[in-house]
Amino acid sequence: MYDVAIIGAGVIGSLIARELTKYSLSVVVIEKEADAALGATGANSGIVHAGFDAKPGSLKARFNVAGNKMMEEVCRQLGVSFKNNGSLVIGFDDEDKKVIEELYERGTKNGVERLEVIDSKRLHELEPNVSEKATVALYAPTGGIVCPYGLAIAALGNAMDNGADFRRCFEVKSLEFKDGFYEISDGSENICAKFVVNAAGVFSDAIARLVGDDSFKITPRKGEYMLCDKESGGIVSHTIFRTPSKMGKGILVSPTVDGNLLLGPTATDIDDKEDTSTTPEGLAVIANECLADVPGVPTRTVITSFAGLRSVDNKGDFIIDSPAKNFVNCAGIESPGLTSAPAIAVYVAELLEGLGLELKKNEAFNPYRTSMHEFRDMTMEEKNEKIKKEPAYGKIVCRCETISEGEIIRAIRENPGAVTVDGVKRRTRATMGRCGGGFCTPTIVEILARELGIKYEEVTKFGGESVYNFGKVK
Amino acid sequence: MEHKQLIIIGGGPAGMSAAVSACNEGIRDILIIEREEALGGILKQCIHNGFGLHKFGEQLTGPEYAERYSDNVKELGIPYITETMVVDVSDDRVVTAVNKEKGYFQIKADAIILAMGCRERSRGALNIPGARPAGIYTAGTAQKFVNIMGYMPGKRVVILGSGDIGLIMARRMTLEGAKVEAVCELMPYSGGLTRNIVQCLEDFGIPLLLSHTITEIHGKDRVEGVTICEVDEKRVPKKETARHIECDTILLSCGLIPENELSKSAGITLDRVTSGAVVDGDRQTSVPGIFACGNVLHVHDLVDFVSDEAEIAGKGAADFIKGIKEEKETVEIIPEGGVRYTVPQKVAKGEGASLYFRVADVYKNVTVALYDGENLIAKKKRPKVAPGEMERFEIKPEYLENAEKLTLKLIFG
Ligand SMILES: Cc1cc2nc3c(=O)[nH]c(=O)nc-3n(C[C@H](O)[C@H](O)[C@H](O)COP(=O)(O)OP(=O)(O)OC[C@H]3O[C@@H](n4cnc5c(N)ncnc54)[C@H](O)[C@@H]3O)c2cc1C
Ligand SMILES: Cc1cc2nc3c(=O)[nH]c(=O)nc-3n(C[C@H](O)[C@H](O)[C@H](O)COP(=O)(O)OP(=O)(O)OC[C@H]3O[C@@H](n4cnc5c(N)ncnc54)[C@H](O)[C@@H]3O)c2cc1C
Repeated sequence: MYDVAIIGAGVIGSLIARELTKYSLSVVVIEKEADAALGATGANSGIVHAGFDAKPGSLKARFNVAGNKMMEEVCRQLGVSFKNNGSLVIGFDDEDKKVIEELYERGTKNGVERLEVIDSKRLHELEPNVSEKATVALYAPTGGIVCPYGLAIAALGNAMDNGADFRRCFEVKSLEFKDGFYEISDGSENICAKFVVNAAGVFSDAIARLVGDDSFKITPRKGEYMLCDKESGGIVSHTIFRTPSKMGKGILVSPTVDGNLLLGPTATDIDDKEDTSTTPEGLAVIANECLADVPGVPTRTVITSFAGLRSVDNKGDFIIDSPAKNFVNCAGIESPGLTSAPAIAVYVAELLEGLGLELKKNEAFNPYRTSMHEFRDMTMEEKNEKIKKEPAYGKIVCRCETISEGEIIRAIRENPGAVTVDGVKRRTRATMGRCGGGFCTPTIVEILARELGIKYEEVTKFGGESVYNFGKVK
Repeated sequence: MEHKQLIIIGGGPAGMSAAVSACNEGIRDILIIEREEALGGILKQCIHNGFGLHKFGEQLTGPEYAERYSDNVKELGIPYITETMVVDVSDDRVVTAVNKEKGYFQIKADAIILAMGCRERSRGALNIPGARPAGIYTAGTAQKFVNIMGYMPGKRVVILGSGDIGLIMARRMTLEGAKVEAVCELMPYSGGLTRNIVQCLEDFGIPLLLSHTITEIHGKDRVEGVTICEVDEKRVPKKETARHIECDTILLSCGLIPENELSKSAGITLDRVTSGAVVDGDRQTSVPGIFACGNVLHVHDLVDFVSDEAEIAGKGAADFIKGIKEEKETVEIIPEGGVRYTVPQKVAKGEGASLYFRVADVYKNVTVALYDGENLIAKKKRPKVAPGEMERFEIKPEYLENAEKLTLKLIFG
């Protein structure tokens, strides 16, 4: 019997789990996939928004601004890549200028600090590669970038280090409250918990319905991206947004914390909550818009494309409430959900306390976790010390990103251990380079098989039937 | 800091042949640095026949061809280390490498030969829309799964691109019991060698669909199928020709890209077309004392030519180390009209060179012509040229005497 079960190992569920392990509670995170961060958290812009977009007074505005302020410290504790690179919303005409001034007003009301409306000269001093045609911009120095899946994985790992459990491949299909606790079932097995948190992303409406809450509906809104080689990462240093229009927030051009260049996202409402395919139309739109904003964007250095689904609810704000006994919704957590996550986590703990969960401080709580990129960031002398102790760190497996066998083994052994090739990828960056894993995938499959004690042909890309091989050759 | 006269990065056919050549020129203080467990490069996984026809006049498998050179390296006592990856090269010729025993270490060299080979163009680089299931491999990765690891990466296969590795893998997968549904090639001609199209596709009844591409990938966990389309002259898919092919595997054989990350770290000037270094007749790059050869310089179809080129680089590096080369004026060779690139891109006066080049399209009855401005200097007739087959043109020293730059182009008809 757990005190709290959290459904969904995205950034929201993972940070809530970590928050709750600060108290003497037994916590389990339940995830239908083979790993954390495979939902929206694995495919988004990774922007730590300043907070000028959301309507004043909304939960989005409140948690965005609060989360923005917390992000740097949370990332420092968890060893997650974060950079305070600042954001720019660029405008091309008078109409854009009006919108930018509104954003400034709104941001100031929301409590965003140091916002500025700047002219073309200042804009091009900050970003020489932005289109000459841009005449005005909103400058938000508090904007940042973060590794979104890195944050979720590290938060979950830290929660596990502090005693939480992680149940993978458990798809919640029913929730039954009786005798003061929930029976959570995937159809064959049960997990019991006194309190349940619904952090199931695009499926949060389905989970809410299991406790009789049909007050909202989630529509998946697809956002497609292209990612460019690191050689292009330096073309801009700030995150460049187009002035929002009726069509949405528009497409951005941003460096990532790993030094790549990210282009996207599009915005298309779809029906299928599992459709993260990219489309020819989407990719074309991205290329065109990015070239208009930053004419030098090197679309020929694209190394991958992907898509994520925003959880758009019909209420226009985050839904964080308690529709049933001992049950909390974290639903409709679309952008700026990543930014808001640390603040939402604190709020949910308070909500649970209000519902009767006793929060007694866990004296043994350790907020720290070693960065997954610890080895990469060492000096040559430090690396050599490490290699002397663990020679596997001297064997490079992924040549594009220079990732060693030691780092891959660590990713498999450390909480929450990687069990798939994509899991290794998200933790170490192996296969994420320009060759797309062509050279190292067979070796990583081998290491996974050996470490997990499974057959070579049982290793998958991301769980389920996503196998690489069908057995031995004849 | 440790010091060596010559460091060779990469122990594939190019690196080994360069080492042997430099050694034969009297250089003994050599170190070959290889990332994998053994010398041989990509040839280790090419267990099919067809290597060495030009060089040895016989049909060898990839490993057999490689062994001729690795035996040679061992007989000559040329030092090499394996399982060691070079992570940086500086313009003053300091090589940084890492392995399990020594960790990170640096060696200063009098000369360096880059022989890191190439990588295959991946799905991401091709930017094919659709789902992202398992079962999408470059042909070379599939080759490694089958030939080195001994595992079958698929049962029903569609191959995109008709590069040689894809063609070879079509046959290999078929022999192992897989069904290869089709090879789709975007261009109206194949990028592969004619002999591979005959022996790997036609002999097995595998359809080669020219002017076709994959427009969408389907499948949730594992590939379940592809949509393919015919393309028009501008290579735009014709929607009305879309059709679905069921398959569990997609192999990509859409070209190779020289692995020039280290060349970039050394600040070497690269050729935009080859993606390899700009070199002179000795295969010396823009950074003095750093040479390049093999697939890292430009993509070769036949390993025999890699060996030839590496011999030139090995001798060039030896001459550089001995200091017997005085700085010479070079003549630039400009590719034009149908000629995509040449290697070398410049030739020293008084030396002459064999120019290797590739053409942009399939042409029949063309004349390859070398011009100095308006003046025709030399020419050669070819009944047929194709992008998939590397061509050669001899530059005699006398062509260069009064020239500043020369133009190599095709004349049609
Ligand atoms: C295109 C796009 C761009 C974005 N850009 C930004 C940005 O720049 N900045 C920002 O702050 N925010 C951004 N966001 C928003 C941010 O990504 C999300 O708010 C955040 O990732 C949501 O996290 P989550 O944990 O709620 O959901 P998810 O990450 O989707 O996690 C939900 C998890 O629940 C699991 N689950 C679902 N159903 C079940 C079940 N029945 N049983 C068990 N497990 C289940 C899923 O598998 C999944 O792992 C963006 C979102 C998108 C899609
Ligand atoms: C998959 C594939 C199949 C082929 N099939 C055929 C064929 O059927 N017939 C034919 O004639 N030709 C074939 N070729 C072409 C032929 O194999 C190549 O032309 C030849 O191998 C090129 O030799 P190389 O030495 O330049 O490169 P490679 O053989 O690729 O050798 C490069 C070596 O450098 C090493 N290296 C790279 N970077 C580093 C570093 N940083 N530190 C240390 N070591 C490093 C690599 O591990 C590798 O061993 C094929 C090529 C490929 C890629």
